Amino acid sequence: MSKAAMGDAPLLQVEDLSISLPPGAERPLAVEKISFELARNEILCVVGESGSGKSMSANAIMGLLPRPHVHPVAGAIRFEGRDLLQLSEVELRDLRGSRIGMIFQEPMTALNPLMRIGEQISEVFDAHGLLTKRERKARVVELLREVGLPDPETLGESYPFRLSGGQRQRVMIAMALALEPAILIADEPTTALDVTTQAQILQLIKSLQERHHMAVMFITHDFGVVAEIADRVAVMQFGKIVEMGPARKVLNDPQHDYTRRLIAAVPHFEPPDRRSLEGPPLLSVKSLEKTYVTERGLFTAGRRVPAAQAVSFDIKKGETLGLVGESGSGKSTVGRCIVRLLESDSGEIRFGEIDLARLKGRALRPHRRHVQMIFQDPYASLNPRSKVGTIVAEGPMAHGTDRATAMARAAELLRLVGLDATAAERFPHEFSGGQRQRIGIARALALDPELLVADEPVSALDVSVQAQVLELLAEIKQRLQLSMLFITHDLRVAAQICDNIAVMKLGRIVEYGPTRRVFKDPQHSYTRELLSAVPGRHWSIPEVSVEAERQAVRS
Amino acid sequence: MQKLSFIAKRLVKAVFVLLAIVVLNFFLIRAAPGDPAQVMAGEAGAADEIFIAQLREQFGLDRPLHEQLLIYVGGIVTLDMGYSYRQQQPVADLIFDRLPATLILTGTAFVISILLGVLLGALAAARVGKWTDSLITVVALVFYATPLFWIALMAILLFSVQLGWLPGFGMESVGAGYSGFQRVLDVLQHLVLPATTLGLFFMAIYARLTRASMLEVMDMDFVKTARAKGLPPGRITRVHVLRNAILPVITLAGIQAGQLVGGAVLTETVFAWPGIGRLMFDALLQRDYNLLLGVFFVSSAMVILFNLVTDVVYTLVDPRIELK
Repeated sequence: MSKAAMGDAPLLQVEDLSISLPPGAERPLAVEKISFELARNEILCVVGESGSGKSMSANAIMGLLPRPHVHPVAGAIRFEGRDLLQLSEVELRDLRGSRIGMIFQEPMTALNPLMRIGEQISEVFDAHGLLTKRERKARVVELLREVGLPDPETLGESYPFRLSGGQRQRVMIAMALALEPAILIADEPTTALDVTTQAQILQLIKSLQERHHMAVMFITHDFGVVAEIADRVAVMQFGKIVEMGPARKVLNDPQHDYTRRLIAAVPHFEPPDRRSLEGPPLLSVKSLEKTYVTERGLFTAGRRVPAAQAVSFDIKKGETLGLVGESGSGKSTVGRCIVRLLESDSGEIRFGEIDLARLKGRALRPHRRHVQMIFQDPYASLNPRSKVGTIVAEGPMAHGTDRATAMARAAELLRLVGLDATAAERFPHEFSGGQRQRIGIARALALDPELLVADEPVSALDVSVQAQVLELLAEIKQRLQLSMLFITHDLRVAAQICDNIAVMKLGRIVEYGPTRRVFKDPQHSYTRELLSAVPGRHWSIPEVSVEAERQAVRS
Repeated sequence: MQKLSFIAKRLVKAVFVLLAIVVLNFFLIRAAPGDPAQVMAGEAGAADEIFIAQLREQFGLDRPLHEQLLIYVGGIVTLDMGYSYRQQQPVADLIFDRLPATLILTGTAFVISILLGVLLGALAAARVGKWTDSLITVVALVFYATPLFWIALMAILLFSVQLGWLPGFGMESVGAGYSGFQRVLDVLQHLVLPATTLGLFFMAIYARLTRASMLEVMDMDFVKTARAKGLPPGRITRVHVLRNAILPVITLAGIQAGQLVGGAVLTETVFAWPGIGRLMFDALLQRDYNLLLGVFFVSSAMVILFNLVTDVVYTLVDPRIELK
């Protein structure tokens, strides 16, 4: 913001922009009369929850709206003396890639899988008729080096599938930077990445922005990311900008009630003090091993991926153990072994008197009810052809409860998770993501489990919904005296709800201890790396008062 | 190198699969009702027991089944497909005599259907929702749903009988004695109707597949990336969309290519095309076991071969697929 204050004139001015949605959508306008400016040398974060219209605004600037269903109906986007909304497709094409570059959320799918990296970058020059073939090649190598990719010569000759998500996002950035655009639009560029990779990409964007004096419009839903890189912030809700200002001001002294609610919903990085739990362990996992083996074929070599190696931990009654780590660390594998959706290779899963790892088939079935799972994706984990009541009642019925009793219990559970009585008669698609996750929780509770295994239960949800679901989980856990294995990649969430934390890396637990101790005094270098990568960790979230409008955001 | 060793391994596998097919076919055909000796004797007008027994002995049909099998498989291994009782010629000669005619027909139909199908599908996808799209979709549906022999008959009726534009029968003009370029032209004229008819069904499938696949790819993130680069739409369609959308088409082309030998029975029969299909049809009616098995053998070899070709083509088009 200090740079913007130094007198950089606005580069891009969006004035009273409105974008229409197709008839039958939840509201007539995706974006309603928004105005903002973007100056050279600044990063403007546009933040909001899903459906707030933040991506639409960005796509409108690029002329990439999914026409004809969605199109601008009013306003102007002024850039270098012209109104972008009035330009022809050919004129817009001239600007795209050359004056305005864009990067997207999903680096895994944003590159053409059938085309070499170098070719894809050099296409930008081709599209704008610049440079000779040899110059393009040299420039590609230069760009790949600038975004910090190793061995750029070889990498340019590789296909995207050889690269990790972080590397692909670097390639996307190189592509967007190829023609030194004045503006870089980044649409949730780090959302799909692991936390340590995210930290690197954020740093890269920031340093490139400074070096090239670019204006960056950075779209995100994550206030931690905002705290990390924003100079200015615009908060969007239902297609309107409800608050805009310098980052420090918006983050620390939010004015609009919606901003306050969003910020209040961000989990604090600082773990609270927790009393240590007494008593014998409810679940005791000892030396759990699981290796994924691709069978050796007649002519093909087998492949072995160790996903869990010597994993041991205890969970006491009423305890929440957080299993944290990045993608591929094996945390979900451990969770699935405990619920016995996966067969472990060796080790014990001792639950009271029994070893769940040893039970099979018919002998296992009555014991399955002790441990139930809540899944990550509330959209994929409910059978779309079943009514919600049946989904919840199915488990008890499978264990011998008669239909009437099971359905009555289902209705009761749906009430417990905050859904109304008619929910049982409806289908999953009639509910929002947060509501579906509530259904998932009701389903898990139907068998009166003693332990819940929750695999990233809130990572697909918006931050305000996330807070409500976490609150619900805490409340239910308390009321029913449940224990929980909470699998997450989000250290902020882990800090707030876990009594103990086990950090996993490449199938091994590298650190295990009380949450506060692990956060305050991490012993393993990987734990330190993870903790230092959490975006906005230096931002102390202000204690804002949120007016009694809870009902309005109730998922 | 890796590719070569892959192909070698697959070929070894293919030999075993082929042998299994040969054995299976051998039993299947003998399980079918009808006795070749009886059929032949009947046609010769002398269906008495002694004559039939003689025929049986002559062709080895009196021996136990497992012995017959051993003899047959032994022959196949040395690429001897046996002797046709009926036609009094080695099976291999009969097949290779007819093979060129069939390959000309099915090969042309193959090329027509892929080119036209992909073209129409791409066009429909590019104009999705417009009348061009509707027209192509409806036409494709009609050709997909109408029985092949009916289209063949109607084509003959219209273009051959009514309009007199094209010959509707045979592969060459009988007794014309053309040679050189004139002969080629004559065959080409004869080829138009059967090849188009045969190609229409697959064309319709290719068109529908290409359309659906392109629409799917157009929605993918990398297409948006391409637009964000400022690439013109024509180039996006060609370089980014079509190349990715063509992958399922290759799978289907592999299936169609496998039918190059055996898939034209109906068309050849309707158009009196002197190819394998007719040979097979006749052999079936006459219980000509060895000939029938020979045709089956060649067409299954073709299917296996083109499965392998498809896999290799895949690796050329899609770098993510590795041969191991």
